[in-house]
Amino acid sequence: MPSVLELRGVTKEFPGVLANDHIDLTLMEGEIHALLGENGAGKTTLMNILYGLYNPDEGQIIIRGENVEIHSPSDAIMRGVGMVHQHFMLIPVMTVTENVMLGVETTHHGAFLNRSEVAQRIHEISEQYGLEVDPDSYIKDLPVGIQQRVEIIKVLYRQADILILDEPTAVLTPQEVEGLFKVLRSLIARGKSIIFITHKLKEVMALADRITVLRGGKVVGTVTPQESSQEKLAAMMVGRQVNLIIRKKPANPKEVALEVKNLYVCDERKNLLVQDVSFDVRVGEVLGIAGVQGNGQTELVYALTGLLPVVSGEVSILGKPMHHSSPRNILERGVAHVPEDRQKHGLVLSFPVHYNLVLCTYYLSPFARGVTLQEGTIISTATQLVDQFDVRTPSVFLPVSTLSGGNQQKVIVAREFSRPIKLLIASQPTRGLDVGSIEYIHNCIIAKRDEGTAVLLVSPELDEIIALSDRIAIMYKGQIVDIVPAKGVNRDYLGLLMAGVKPDEALETTPRTTEEVEIERVF
Amino acid sequence: MKNKEVKSKTAQKPEPKEEQAPKGKRGFWSQIGQTLLIPGLAVFTGLVFGAIIIIVTDTRVIAAYKNFFNYPGTALLSTFESVFSAYGALFSGAFGSPVALVKGIQVYIATSDNTLLLKAIYPFTESLVTATPYIFAGLAVALGFRCGLFNIGAEGQFFIGALCSAYVGYAFKMPWYLHLPLALLAGALGGAIWGAIPGYLKAVTGAHEVVNTIMMNWIAFRLSDWLLTGPMMAAGYRPVTPVVQDTAFLPRLFSDPLRFNAGFFLALAVAALVYWFLFKTTLGFEIRSVGINPHASRYAGMSIVLNFVLVMTLSGALAGLAGTSQVLGVDHWVGQGFSAGYGFDSIALALLGKSHPLGVVLAALLFGFLRGGATKMQSMAGIPIDIISVIQGSVIIFVAAPAIIRAIYRIRVARAEEAVLTRGWGK
Repeated sequence: MPSVLELRGVTKEFPGVLANDHIDLTLMEGEIHALLGENGAGKTTLMNILYGLYNPDEGQIIIRGENVEIHSPSDAIMRGVGMVHQHFMLIPVMTVTENVMLGVETTHHGAFLNRSEVAQRIHEISEQYGLEVDPDSYIKDLPVGIQQRVEIIKVLYRQADILILDEPTAVLTPQEVEGLFKVLRSLIARGKSIIFITHKLKEVMALADRITVLRGGKVVGTVTPQESSQEKLAAMMVGRQVNLIIRKKPANPKEVALEVKNLYVCDERKNLLVQDVSFDVRVGEVLGIAGVQGNGQTELVYALTGLLPVVSGEVSILGKPMHHSSPRNILERGVAHVPEDRQKHGLVLSFPVHYNLVLCTYYLSPFARGVTLQEGTIISTATQLVDQFDVRTPSVFLPVSTLSGGNQQKVIVAREFSRPIKLLIASQPTRGLDVGSIEYIHNCIIAKRDEGTAVLLVSPELDEIIALSDRIAIMYKGQIVDIVPAKGVNRDYLGLLMAGVKPDEALETTPRTTEEVEIERVF
Repeated sequence: MKNKEVKSKTAQKPEPKEEQAPKGKRGFWSQIGQTLLIPGLAVFTGLVFGAIIIIVTDTRVIAAYKNFFNYPGTALLSTFESVFSAYGALFSGAFGSPVALVKGIQVYIATSDNTLLLKAIYPFTESLVTATPYIFAGLAVALGFRCGLFNIGAEGQFFIGALCSAYVGYAFKMPWYLHLPLALLAGALGGAIWGAIPGYLKAVTGAHEVVNTIMMNWIAFRLSDWLLTGPMMAAGYRPVTPVVQDTAFLPRLFSDPLRFNAGFFLALAVAALVYWFLFKTTLGFEIRSVGINPHASRYAGMSIVLNFVLVMTLSGALAGLAGTSQVLGVDHWVGQGFSAGYGFDSIALALLGKSHPLGVVLAALLFGFLRGGATKMQSMAGIPIDIISVIQGSVIIFVAAPAIIRAIYRIRVARAEEAVLTRGWGK
């Protein structure tokens, strides 16, 4: 197989950061080449160089034996390089056809858009690669998985034969991921070559022909799935051995800590996003809420923590009705909240670390006496917490914005977990974190459960939900469609429900449980 | 397995910590230097810019440059002369002449006659007198900034504060130890109400405080016009209030014509109080937190609404005290156009002082000296007062847009310290 693309010694420096340090990468014709690395390893920078969004400081890009310079995305498209971004670049109020032709409009008589011809091409591409999509439907009416197909069609329509996919599975349900993999395989079967950016080990092992691992802007190595394993890849990514399996004791559920009855919640624009939700969480167990992002999980959590008003229904915490309480009353009832958006809700970024560590308790003894802050106590407590929760910061006086994402999250975890709590609401607690921090935070959550805290875990990562939960509730379009025990649960069943299939219909083809007992860790 | 984990942690932890641990407090002085660097350079650049303006607007200099090729020395000399005499006058107008001071001290020691000495310190004390309302009003705006609120209404609050204190000052008879505190309180209260209204409107309806404080300014101006020509008008035909009774005066420290009074010390004490309030109390913690990130503050259980009302009330009270200090300490009555833009200048001042009480005091002193010196510059060096305003304005531009200063002096941006003063519209 000849190489279609070669990067030689590509280097890119941003002020203070060497994002790419002499990177070599070879893409063979007809292969899926996975680019694996933690956040900040330099994957996206490298691909933006290849797509002409950045200029490299050093190095060569060779496409089909020809040394090329790519200064803009249109250069890249001309050379046959196409990119499917993590955040789709589609216009929701336009049809599939219009989106595909945007920028390369076909006209007749020089002024009129030739939609039918484009629709015909889209149809051909769809058939050829198994990318079924109706050219006349509007983007806003399509599910995320289909929108992604449109993005891929856009790239193919521009006759790209080198496709870059940036974290394409982040927004998909498990079934949609399977569908995407099928499409990608059919693409390489027809001679296309693919660079697949990800940080999920399982996907890499299932899909890639070769894997290049990046760490800190450098290539750690290029391997094939056959000669590697998830453990080895994780170690390459992080630079040390990582504990891949969560060891946890069986849950020992006791009294009900959180009870939700027929809850209805609207978002700030008055869209009803949580409808008739009922569940309970007991002390000593983890209830996981699975679901694709945007199915009402965010609003559910905001309502439980007092950040959004409850439209109707009841929420009681430790037996006391709390659905009309303020965030402070709820906090004081012993509720900890690890928020989904840590920079918006979790931290005051320009406050120093020690202030962020007392953000919820600054007015209580021993941090305050009357109205005066006890700076000394705050500092000594903060220093101790930084130590205990392994927050890597040179000083507690530095603004928390100077910390890495993982350490910022640890500040939140340290603050929330160090209070006397009875209920922990953790929303995507490991979003965007590196493997090492994920491992740490997962262990913290399980430790809290074993100490006698009720845990409500919300995450779109099915692996995370399965690994940590004792029971799993599946949320779809604002409703909880089913609650199942986590032990031995069938992933396919969860996936079907997440995609909107009714439980009885799903049960016709897919059982709830499987024999597979091994619980695997998430990435 | 757990052991392994612990080991790996302890093995990795110490390196970054031991290396950088002392950084926290060691950087105190360098931090102060960092903080003062940009405003200091901004003032300097403003003065340089002002010098250029003085040169190009001075007719003598322009005349000398017409003969530049014949007499280059004369042209350059007149350039320096022009700038030198202007800034010399600015300096002596702001601080007094050192020669006169030395002479005054000598005479005082020899004859214990203090007239010359008082005359020598007159310019300096006048600058402090001018700085006093600036300190109060600057603190008012700065406090708002700290909570993410833009109080443009300091001018109106200043007026209302002045009128309230003047009323209590002239309408009642009581011993000074009751009268003065009561007059001060009335001034603060008047301003507080004027600030609380837009604060309340923002909290309850979400109406933007910039719009509301501007409107409250106009209400204050017209209300005072009406009061000064009607209910509060003194006997006679001038639109002024009666003179405040001397039991409500802020005591003066020297005899006439020196107007330096206890208001200056009150302003310093209030600045210290604001510092303590902002940085040492739980309420101040909340205010700063809400100012930086209202979402996280709400998440942490703070009430955004309550903080908005509280801060606008306190901010109004401080601006009210600015007017009060001017009435009770300097003028002793209120007339039309009484404020002379203190409320608006204080916005620039709060920016210059980086919304820190100490910074505000320093900035207020700078403004006081600039204003004090300006008069002298006008009379002695013949520089139009407008040029002084240009210099003041350019200082403010350079301070408000630190990016210009960083670009001129090629200063690297310290990313972490970038603080957001106010949030934009609709957030």
